[in-house]
Amino acid sequence: MSTTADSNYVIETRHLAIFYGDFKAVTDVNLRIQRHKITAIIGPSGCGKSTLLRSFNRMNELVPESHASGQVLFDGQDLYARQVDPVEVRHRIGMVFQKPNPFPKSIYENIAWGARVHGYRGNMDELVERSLHQAALWDEVKDILHRSGLALSGGQQQRLCIARTIAVQPEVILMDEPASALDPIATLKIEELMEELKRNYTIIIVTHNMQQAARVSDYTAMMMLANGHARSGTVIEFDETNKIFTRPSDKRTEDYVTGRFG
Amino acid sequence: MKKNNPSYSNGGRFRDNLATRHRAGVIWQIVFQASTVIGIIALTALLLNIIDGAFGYVAYEARVDPASLAVDGVAIEDLPQELLVEILRQNLSSGAFNKLDNEIPFNERSRINVYDLVIERIVRYDVTESWTLRESLTQGAEIRARVIEEYPDAELRFISWINAEFIQRPQSSEAVNAGVRTAILGSLLTILVTILVAFPLGVGAAIYLEEYALDNWLNRLIRTNINNLAGVPSIIYGILGLAIFVRVLGVLTSGAVFGSVDPTTASGRTVLSAGLTLALLVLPLIIINAQEALRAVPQSLRQASLSVGATKWQTVWSHVLPNAIPGILTGTILAVSRAIGETAPLIVVGASTAISFDPNIFSRFTTLPIQIYQWTARPQAEWRHLAAAAILVLIVLLLSLNATAIVLRNRSTKRF
Ligand SMILES: Nc1ncnc2c1ncn2[C@@H]1O[C@H](COP(=O)(O)OP(=O)(O)OP(=O)(O)O)[C@@H](O)[C@H]1O
Ligand SMILES: [Mg+2]
Repeated sequence: MSTTADSNYVIETRHLAIFYGDFKAVTDVNLRIQRHKITAIIGPSGCGKSTLLRSFNRMNELVPESHASGQVLFDGQDLYARQVDPVEVRHRIGMVFQKPNPFPKSIYENIAWGARVHGYRGNMDELVERSLHQAALWDEVKDILHRSGLALSGGQQQRLCIARTIAVQPEVILMDEPASALDPIATLKIEELMEELKRNYTIIIVTHNMQQAARVSDYTAMMMLANGHARSGTVIEFDETNKIFTRPSDKRTEDYVTGRFG
Repeated sequence: MKKNNPSYSNGGRFRDNLATRHRAGVIWQIVFQASTVIGIIALTALLLNIIDGAFGYVAYEARVDPASLAVDGVAIEDLPQELLVEILRQNLSSGAFNKLDNEIPFNERSRINVYDLVIERIVRYDVTESWTLRESLTQGAEIRARVIEEYPDAELRFISWINAEFIQRPQSSEAVNAGVRTAILGSLLTILVTILVAFPLGVGAAIYLEEYALDNWLNRLIRTNINNLAGVPSIIYGILGLAIFVRVLGVLTSGAVFGSVDPTTASGRTVLSAGLTLALLVLPLIIINAQEALRAVPQSLRQASLSVGATKWQTVWSHVLPNAIPGILTGTILAVSRAIGETAPLIVVGASTAISFDPNIFSRFTTLPIQIYQWTARPQAEWRHLAAAAILVLIVLLLSLNATAIVLRNRSTKRF
């Protein structure tokens, strides 16, 4: 995969549709994700947010019978082209899952493993410390690096997963409701972290929390089950976040963000 | 508590309903307890039965009184090797003596070995009668009286049929000299071949089927058939083993191509063939259990690994397998326990019964279950005592193998 286009857009989708078997979960999505910005994806449950997010690093392929049509361009290159290796895609586009899923290994090993997999030759201790610092977890775990990652609290585990993602130095970080199971303080920490990370990374985040989307994101994509299509989700509005939250052009968006939805 | 809620039976009397529910619970608990107790009773009965046969009174008669062989008042137990050889020379025909010397020269034999020969060839103890542990304990006086009356020359002893010599001696046609050394070694070697072949093959196949194979009709067919294979009677594996490992691959399994010219090798009816046959037998069990173990590894762990850009193989090797290993080992324990107790397929493959040398993988074989089967089939009571002792040995062997596997498993579980 070569980096050709040096536009402002990291990821661009064209008429993207994603299927689970015969079921079309997401239809006709056309998005342009800006580099070094935070893009939020919001919408009611089951409208295909996670599905869309997973299509950006080809994680949907783990679901048998799932396939996509249309295009996802990453730096101008079609992610789904035949010669593209999904392993490289996932290296360059990292992912943090809704449910924290640290490896059942030590905290140190959670971070070091990914780097080692990619043949990282530098100072591993330094990398671990830097990644944990960036994920705002260092102070809490610096004395227990060799304890199990599973022995941390849920919020700490989620930050550990973020640190693990950062450690392999991707270009884009996908986050699927990273704060949904966290208390307000841990949530705040993760939000601050995203502000911090945005200097070096492009972040796409799925969230159910309107305030969170309004607080942290620069752009917001509003998804909804499309009219006419049988239970197929699509992006009905995509714009700067403050515009979506103050002057949405679609009535359904307005209803949703103001909490008047269905 | 609501008093008159019509949606409860009994006119809404909550308590009555609760009592019924508790009663149902108690009944089921009793049923479950009863099944456990029945199981324990069956196992205890089995064990008691074996122990009953493995200890007890025995009346021996010596053809030649060992006291008469004493030299200058020194009993044969304490004689040096040279004098024991001398006793053999005097009491055996020169043909028999030279034959023994030709097999292994007397000066290369150990003293114990020569002593055993004296006992075996000259003194020749015969078991005149034997009693079970229960009889020995309850009718001790009668037994003693009867022996004095009926066999005045016999010596009555309370013995444990399972003892150090029984374990160290090779198989013999005389009950008093028979041991299970060759059978233990045969069982261990056979099971070693089985594990070395079936474990990697089984785990490999399970990894392929769970992690790599697509969910298409062909692979579904394969999966279903593996499940069916686990239920095929073991004798059929014996027939298969005979056809493949003994007949077709005889040159390999007899060791001929490796330059092994063991004269005792009977055309591929070797430890290797036996081990391979048992490997076939337990392969489906190992595959099914390993598949279960792999399936139990949470999908989120695979996603975590792939999302940092690991390849499928790195994911399987570093995360899926380490998490599945305890389950895989549990399945292997079950499979090996089954293999070590198998008799029928080994008889078909061509187990020998009288083997008096230490086996290697290219030699004829016998195993503990084969030995036990042979001994229990004989009419004389002493062989059944030996069989009981051999069963105890088999149980101990099985328990120690399983203990090893459990230690291994616990060590691998001691992760985070
Ligand atoms: N693995 C799968 N197999 C089949 N269908 C799936 C699978 N995952 C999701 N779907 C379907 O795709 C649609 C979109 O699901 P998705 O998980 O993307 O929704 P979502 O917007 O993330 O919802 P939520 O906010 O509840 O997480 C749903 O109708 C769901 O049933
Ligand atoms: Mg979701």
